[in-house]
Amino acid sequence: MSFSQDKESGSGTFKTFNSDRAIAEALSQGSDKVAEEFVRQNSPWMLQVARRILHEESAAEDCVQEAFLSAFSKIDSFENRSTLKTWLHRIVVNKCLMTLRSKRRKAEEQIDDLMPQFDEHTCRIEEPWPRLLSADEICEEKELSEFVRDSIFKLPEISRIVLQLRDIEGWSTAEVADALEISESNVKVRLHRGRSALKNLLEPMMRGHLS
Amino acid sequence: MKRLGALKIMRSLRGVMMRYVPLMITCRQFEDFIIDYFEGDLPARQKFEFELHIKVCRECREYLSAYKRAVEVTAKATDIEVPDRGLPEAPEDLVIAILAARKAVG
Repeated sequence: MSFSQDKESGSGTFKTFNSDRAIAEALSQGSDKVAEEFVRQNSPWMLQVARRILHEESAAEDCVQEAFLSAFSKIDSFENRSTLKTWLHRIVVNKCLMTLRSKRRKAEEQIDDLMPQFDEHTCRIEEPWPRLLSADEICEEKELSEFVRDSIFKLPEISRIVLQLRDIEGWSTAEVADALEISESNVKVRLHRGRSALKNLLEPMMRGHLS
Repeated sequence: MKRLGALKIMRSLRGVMMRYVPLMITCRQFEDFIIDYFEGDLPARQKFEFELHIKVCRECREYLSAYKRAVEVTAKATDIEVPDRGLPEAPEDLVIAILAARKAVG
């Protein structure tokens, strides 16, 4: 990430930085111009991340604002072990998780109806799949992509969050366990249940019945 | 009716085979192994049993394909790549609010 300086015009905008460490130092020193560019460059993707998790525009904007304030106050702790963007990504996701925790939630809904079924001989009951649409075929259709996103939000909250953090945000099992304060084995169980339920919800579409 | 009876017998025989033949696992056990298989955490023997089950069980084989496809579709449909360019700018009032809050905190 770098910003360019218009030396000729003398407008005195901001310096050229060749590393995240240099940007962090400029922010730590309180540069208003660097802070503004930092916010303008990063707020679009941070808002997109927050929207994915919270599914609510005003809550997403609040989280992004809190994430930036947290980043500014902790900028001295940025150690360059990851990129500045990765560091910011963790902050905004954690803010979103705090928002979800603070909301009064309904009791975890059961998703047993969406789980795989087995007969009395412990054999799986699964209708044959003569056709299974590819991911490209599905995502090319705007309505089908929206169907996928809406289906994700039908999952119970904890399973949804685990699935989003692992399969969408790309966090490791250990990182998700740490953020949600649950064990790694619990993360795996919830992830598998979330994926199984989602497979069930997406089944009519993947079989080509909705295209 | 005869066909249904034959199918029922076959499922019963298959259930017995998966419970009692060495190296065979039941569909329920297969289900329990799925997440560790994808995480690469299954011990060698269980991985062998899992992959053998895929070969002999149509239902689990097709279930697994659909399960994997659901995971692929989830990632693709939700734009997991966070692009540096191409996203619309954040609302101006949000940017102003963030900068103002930064000033207020000092």
